[in-house]
Amino acid sequence: MKYDCIVVGGGHAGCEAAHIAAFMGQKTLLITMNIKNIADMPCNPSIGGTAKGIIVREIDALGGLMGRVADKSHFQIKMLNSAKGPAVRSLRAQADKVTYPQNMLKELQNTTNLEIKEGMVEDITIEDNKIKSVVLEDGTSIETSTLILTTGTYLKANILIGSENTEGGPHGEARSNNLSDNLKKHGFHIQRLKTGTPQRIKRDSIDFSKMKEEVGDQEYYTFSWDTEPSYDIKMQQKCYLLYTNANTHKIILDNLDKSAMYGGYVTGIGPRYCPSIEDKLVRFKDKERHQLFLEPESMYYDEWYLQGFSTSMPRDIQEKMVHSLSGLENAIISKYAYAIEYDAIDPLQIKPSLESKVIEGLFTAGQINGTSGYEEAAGQGLIAGINASLKLQQKEPLILKRNDAYIGVLIDDLVTKGTNEPYRMLTSRAEYRLILRHDNADIRLRDYAYSVGSITKEQYENTQKKKQLMQELTTFLKNTKPSKEQLEKWNLTLTPSKSLYELLKRPDFNLEKLNQNMTLSYPKLIQEQVEIAIKYEGYINKTYRDVEKMLKLEAKKIPQDINYDKIKNIASEAKQKLKQIRPESLGQAARISGVNPSDLSIIAVYLKKEYSKNE
Amino acid sequence: MEDTICAISTNSGTKGAISIVRLSGKEAISITTKIFSNRAFKSAQSHTIHYGYIEDNKEKIDEVLVIKMLAPKTYTKEDIVEINCHGGLIATNKILELLILHGARLAEPGEFTKRAFLNGRINLLEAESVSDMINAKSENARSLAMNGITGSLTKLIQNLRDEIVSLLANIEVNIDYPEYEDEIVITHENIKPKLTQISTKLEKIVKESQNGRIIKEGLQVAFIGRPNVGKSSLLNAFLEEEKAIVTNISGTTRDIVEGSLNLNGFILNLIDTAGIRETEDIVEKIGVNKSKKILEEADVVILVLNGNEQLTKEDKKLLETVSTKPHIIFLNKNDLEQKIEKYLLNESHVVEGNTLDTIGINPLKEKIIEMFQLNELEKKDMNYLSNVRQITLAKQALINMDNVQKQIEENIPIDMLEIELKEAWTNLGLIIGEAYEEELIDNLFAKFCLGK
Repeated sequence: MKYDCIVVGGGHAGCEAAHIAAFMGQKTLLITMNIKNIADMPCNPSIGGTAKGIIVREIDALGGLMGRVADKSHFQIKMLNSAKGPAVRSLRAQADKVTYPQNMLKELQNTTNLEIKEGMVEDITIEDNKIKSVVLEDGTSIETSTLILTTGTYLKANILIGSENTEGGPHGEARSNNLSDNLKKHGFHIQRLKTGTPQRIKRDSIDFSKMKEEVGDQEYYTFSWDTEPSYDIKMQQKCYLLYTNANTHKIILDNLDKSAMYGGYVTGIGPRYCPSIEDKLVRFKDKERHQLFLEPESMYYDEWYLQGFSTSMPRDIQEKMVHSLSGLENAIISKYAYAIEYDAIDPLQIKPSLESKVIEGLFTAGQINGTSGYEEAAGQGLIAGINASLKLQQKEPLILKRNDAYIGVLIDDLVTKGTNEPYRMLTSRAEYRLILRHDNADIRLRDYAYSVGSITKEQYENTQKKKQLMQELTTFLKNTKPSKEQLEKWNLTLTPSKSLYELLKRPDFNLEKLNQNMTLSYPKLIQEQVEIAIKYEGYINKTYRDVEKMLKLEAKKIPQDINYDKIKNIASEAKQKLKQIRPESLGQAARISGVNPSDLSIIAVYLKKEYSKNE
Repeated sequence: MEDTICAISTNSGTKGAISIVRLSGKEAISITTKIFSNRAFKSAQSHTIHYGYIEDNKEKIDEVLVIKMLAPKTYTKEDIVEINCHGGLIATNKILELLILHGARLAEPGEFTKRAFLNGRINLLEAESVSDMINAKSENARSLAMNGITGSLTKLIQNLRDEIVSLLANIEVNIDYPEYEDEIVITHENIKPKLTQISTKLEKIVKESQNGRIIKEGLQVAFIGRPNVGKSSLLNAFLEEEKAIVTNISGTTRDIVEGSLNLNGFILNLIDTAGIRETEDIVEKIGVNKSKKILEEADVVILVLNGNEQLTKEDKKLLETVSTKPHIIFLNKNDLEQKIEKYLLNESHVVEGNTLDTIGINPLKEKIIEMFQLNELEKKDMNYLSNVRQITLAKQALINMDNVQKQIEENIPIDMLEIELKEAWTNLGLIIGEAYEEELIDNLFAKFCLGK
């Protein structure tokens, strides 16, 4: 029995990878240690968030599952940054930790070509430097043409609570003991990373009256481009805001030596963007209080997630810490906060297609590549699944560029800069964010998706129709010059010579105002996009000019057989990095820290000299 | 890579009778069109020469000959424009600066040659040497970029960058963690005073770049003296003797400039205060008209006295007026009997001579060279190039800052005007050779307390 594609791990990366590979016609097997943990959310009970919400829409545009599953499985949704500019808006849903995995499992079970099997992969075999099979714990080996590893935090995972250090993954699941060692033998560089998660609190023991309510938006949203809202706005659940206080801080500082981090029990590198509460206190001594949130995990059990209180303190100290918080004096902790350490590979050993540079046909996605977050994992899983399929079809891989998608930024950062802490997506990482908006993910990506075969014809045609409507509306606005009477209705004292298009560039005029006296029969999403394009035309064009410059460098490909030792005059630091990362284009080379413009010039000259002899 | 580059192509660019500013790239013609008075240039044929003025908003900068060469029959196989201008630093630098402001980029060392090679103009045998040359020059340029700027200025710019990056990081935090109410939310109102502060400091840096200013604009030399002491003759002697008189710049603000001359590659703008009617009391007159302003703005004042006469009351008033400024006292008519009370004068400021034999003109020039250490500046020729780059970048950063202010007035969202603010930060970084993008993200985590 031989598969086209085996996916190891049923987390957010694994689900997307397995689904899309099967959708694209590959005979696919998903191997997970525990089928109950498919699409598990071991940390925060939310999907989306700043930048991440845009990734979810990109996943949906490319044919992934996360968006449409989240649409069916949340009890609160918000458009973050709605008061800010269009480029930084992003959706976040409070996803139900019970229904989200259930709905995901249903999607997978309904996918043709996809089998799901329980088991623990402990080794791989290779032949001619190509992946051949996976070997399970019990010695069974299963042959495959391509392999996608999405092992999450399970490689040699250790759970740390205070000085306690237990082998095992989240929820006390078994860990993979040998896979990372075996990968090391095959030439992978293994690094140790760390992350953490806060306490879960029993709902009935919380006094919510002492906290501030956080409610969902009073407007319907969906992540997916293909689904209608299936929730009731009025049934949305609340989250709550609370703060640490002087007493909390005293407890933590008095017991600092007992924390796994400060007691020196941790070797992994933790992420800067989600420091433990003791980290925050040490680094920001002057802050009198820190913000915390309480979020319900599910409608089907009564545990609440205490966001912001991640710690690796021992249990008795955690009790004191939690009880010092206003409203949690009598709280019952159902799960203590813990830190988790795990093995990951060095992403500099991955190609932009997410295929390994070390072993052909082997792809990796998610936390094994050094990232953090459900959305980051899902985005990579999807790309790995698409590219494994394309490889099997002997087609060029889909490589999203930095101007195409946040997913492109994410992967480019990983394979160009590497990471030594779990990588989280931030809007500030995307230099072209003005064109990477949540509202245009389908416009940006569905052409790619259709051309590689990761969406249906219907999905593609819907996007084409949307584009057409946008074009129509734009033309209408350009060709319509309102009369004096009309202008007066809008309180605009202007001579009637300007088109609606030009008027929309004014700060005192917008489509909302326009619609008060002139009803446009276009869907809201279409109107919104056209308005953004008009209002911010100058900024958007500037971004496109920057993009153009980048793409020119990007188009200058560096042959993979280039011998950097033969090039004189490159600075030695640059040479070392270039040899390690082996960028695929001058553009990618330019983003490597330590590679100077003069180094680029020298490479350009060398390429011309060595590779154009036959011109 | 195919943006339009420019550079001063003549060696040292300062001493010859003319110097050439060269542009290469797709926009070479359109950028030149923006600053060249000759309207026929735009549609003219390739490989032709055109006469006209380089203008900055209608203000004439220099009388030039412009050569138009269209691709592919050019050195770089791209469109090339060569602007032949007068040898003075004033013109050459100003033109270079204008080109950069209109969209050209200052070429990297060896970049014209590099393009020539990449576009197939130079054969393969030359490749190695091109590569060597690019490297050698960029090493040189790298050290220059660092040396061309004083430690204290680096620090000032670094401080400005720090202020900007704090704002940027704060804005980013507001974006990425919108629900963290503990962090200050940057608004149009609270960012304004901070921006103004940064702009003011930046403006000061631009203005105070003393050497840069002398190089760019030349020295303002004001001549003062009561009637009949030979002031005008001295001025004429100066201009007569120097055959290469630069243009008589006309315009409302410069109507008193009698002429400019090239001293060791530096421009001296000679300013006469003789416009004042000779029968009137000069000192009083100075108090009320713009001559006072001239004296204030002058880099050096040359007070002309008649050595053949005793100091008059008026002379003494003038001596008092110039005493607080860098000044030179020219004792004229030393061919006649010297009746002046020399003991009343500060000897180190005095130069003697007479305009009849033009004796004393050269000592006067040497005095100016000595006062402003023009010889030193001349040696820093390469530094001045990097200074043009630096000043231009600083000015661009200032423009960025102004644009941010304008966008606030237009109620543009903070996360959009951040784009321009980031550009100011990058431009300042380029001045001191630092523009590390990760810096921003590092800052974000270092300064703010966030996370799960």
